[in-house]
Amino acid sequence: MACSGLDEVGDRGVRGVQAAISRDIRRCGGDPSALIEVLHQVQLREGYLAAPALHQVARELQLPLSRVYGVASFYHLFRLSPPPRRRLTLCRGTACFVNGAERLEAILRARFALGEAGPERFDHAGTWRLERSGCLGACGHDPLLRLDDGPLVPSKAGPVVRMPLLPAASLVERLAALGLPLLPQVPVPAPAP
Amino acid sequence: MTPGTLGLAQGPGAVSGEPIRRLRCCDASACRNAGGIALRQALLAAQAAVGLGEAALVIQAVGCLRLCGRGPLVAADGPAGSRLWGGVPPPLAEQLLAEVLEAGGADPLAPFRLDLNHPFFRLQKPVVLERCGLVDPDSLDDALVQGAYAQLGRCVRHLPPEAVRQEVRRSGLRGRGGAGYPTGLKWDTVALQPPGPRQVVANGDEGDPGAFMDRTVLESDPHRLLEGLAIAAWAVEALHGYVYVRAEYPLAIARLRRALEQVEARGGFGPALCGTPWPLRLELRVGAGAYVCGEETALMQSIEGRRGTPRPRPPYPAQRGLAGAPTLINNVETLAAIPAILREGGDWYAGLGVGAGTKVFSLSGAVVNTGVVEVPLGTPLRTVVETMGGGVVGGLPVKAVQTGGPSGGCIPARHLDTPLSYEAMAALGSILGSGGMVVLGPETSMPALARYFMGFCVQESCGKCLPCRAGTVQLAALLDRVVEGRAAAADLERLEELAAMVKATSLCGLGQSAPNPLLSTLRHFRAEYEAACAQPPTPTPTLPLHRQLESPPGATSGPEGPATGRQP
Repeated sequence: MACSGLDEVGDRGVRGVQAAISRDIRRCGGDPSALIEVLHQVQLREGYLAAPALHQVARELQLPLSRVYGVASFYHLFRLSPPPRRRLTLCRGTACFVNGAERLEAILRARFALGEAGPERFDHAGTWRLERSGCLGACGHDPLLRLDDGPLVPSKAGPVVRMPLLPAASLVERLAALGLPLLPQVPVPAPAP
Repeated sequence: MTPGTLGLAQGPGAVSGEPIRRLRCCDASACRNAGGIALRQALLAAQAAVGLGEAALVIQAVGCLRLCGRGPLVAADGPAGSRLWGGVPPPLAEQLLAEVLEAGGADPLAPFRLDLNHPFFRLQKPVVLERCGLVDPDSLDDALVQGAYAQLGRCVRHLPPEAVRQEVRRSGLRGRGGAGYPTGLKWDTVALQPPGPRQVVANGDEGDPGAFMDRTVLESDPHRLLEGLAIAAWAVEALHGYVYVRAEYPLAIARLRRALEQVEARGGFGPALCGTPWPLRLELRVGAGAYVCGEETALMQSIEGRRGTPRPRPPYPAQRGLAGAPTLINNVETLAAIPAILREGGDWYAGLGVGAGTKVFSLSGAVVNTGVVEVPLGTPLRTVVETMGGGVVGGLPVKAVQTGGPSGGCIPARHLDTPLSYEAMAALGSILGSGGMVVLGPETSMPALARYFMGFCVQESCGKCLPCRAGTVQLAALLDRVVEGRAAAADLERLEELAAMVKATSLCGLGQSAPNPLLSTLRHFRAEYEAACAQPPTPTPTLPLHRQLESPPGATSGPEGPATGRQP
């Protein structure tokens, strides 16, 4: 899986990471206008953009750190903190909205221990996080959920869970079978008078 | 070749040396997500098991076959014409192969058979998408056989830049990214700047949720975009250019990258494709998830490796853009129309629709037939949504059609006979936009939809100018009150006032159009907003559903699950 960045750093050591980043920068021609491309490369390998990596990129591209940090924090796809080990991504395209993505999110949050999206709020279990993405490109099968990076892996079950084909109960069962941490069921209180 | 009939229905005779039978498997994103690769592999395995050679049957990966909602799609060409199947499970691959080879008899695949004579296919007029679904997106040779780069070669060898621009002016082509600026005029503006280097850019930052026209072009026929962009470079005498694609389109990026490598491997655009030395160099730049980068000045910032914040215009990019040079920025679909315009002539294109030419739309939402359609401009909205799209799922009435994404608005059902044109859509308070078309059924609440789009704009505002940065947040808060039933009548006035202010004073198109979904739903569905305000105030404000569910178990006495009737 692509997001086990931390362990890899431990194995390869800081030097290895630095050398790899230098190679990324050279491959992009050492050109400051390739900053976004360089950041993509670093994130692809390391899983996220750690502070030392941003310092190194700034130094080697001869850019102010403020500029590098400014770009890294501006674009939604750059991560400044380690990614969760497992991700459930909910499409926030319009078609998914129209076909009940908010309802699906409510169900998921009610039943599973899922961390919030966003770098500063790492999820409590440290494993699963619910994230939202732009259109996942499978309009017509909406609302869509994606497990981890799992697009395009041919498997009978399919990496994308098609909500309308599954009643919510069996969706929950299926996700629980995949290892999502179920929340304890709260007994439904009697309706207030 | 006249792009008269939809490519899907074309027999194999168009290309010489063609095998008797051909299976075209859609390998674009939507069909891949629906299991297209597994199906193709099963078909290939079945072919090997039967011992069929390539002389008898070719199984090919192609781009979008249009009806994305029924994917994975497979089209078969044979002596009897073309047939199409959707959603065939891989275990039925052998039966599908048998059916393709000897049609007739009991057909176990009948439930998956799709009718190519359905209006969804029959009423399409493929110009931009003429090779889409026919050509192998990973093969330059296949593209060349099907006519790619023929017009580029003709331009560079025989047509002076002015003649190319004249043809584009005659075509009446307007920017397909949403703004509708006349393309010929834009090309002239760049070409007529004082002498010096020029830049060209293809804008593939298709960020509107519910829009996937450009992705269809990029994933299905990447050489077509490159040809259009190269012709644009010839017409404005640029020698360098960029294709900018949003990072959310990994497949489109991979295919474009490969297409550029293929051109490079043959020695570049000039020697290989035009037969003359012409040192045009095109580069790929990938975004990183920022909707605002679709705005042209923000796009240039992003290409230069900066934060994607827009700047005031003038100077327009056509005057001063990348590296200070005059820069031509066109949308992907606009550029993809260019080769056909040059081949058939500007007058031909101008005569295609009421408003000159065709437009690609992506149809999604609560509609029966989800997918990509290309129709002449001026086609009534009803034709696309009801005749081609099949109306709302379950036979429910259409409530409205959302066009133009977060910059557009909602066209109510009573205006469905409006022709699809820049002017008619604007008159109804929406925009033709880039082509996203989301059909809404009776279940969709309009204030909730407006809040959804406003939430999108809050997230995507770049923060540079105050009206957009703070205004969208305040509008979203007011819409929260409406949706949650906490609004008073005065809130509607506040909404309108603030929306007008954000629209009038924002720096770029994002802020200027952010209030559009709100304003158009207020205009056409005001009763829903008023009904929300008329509710008696509750002593304890009701939290929205997702916040109720977020609060720790036991802390609230609310119901455990959502009150939708679908809860587990």
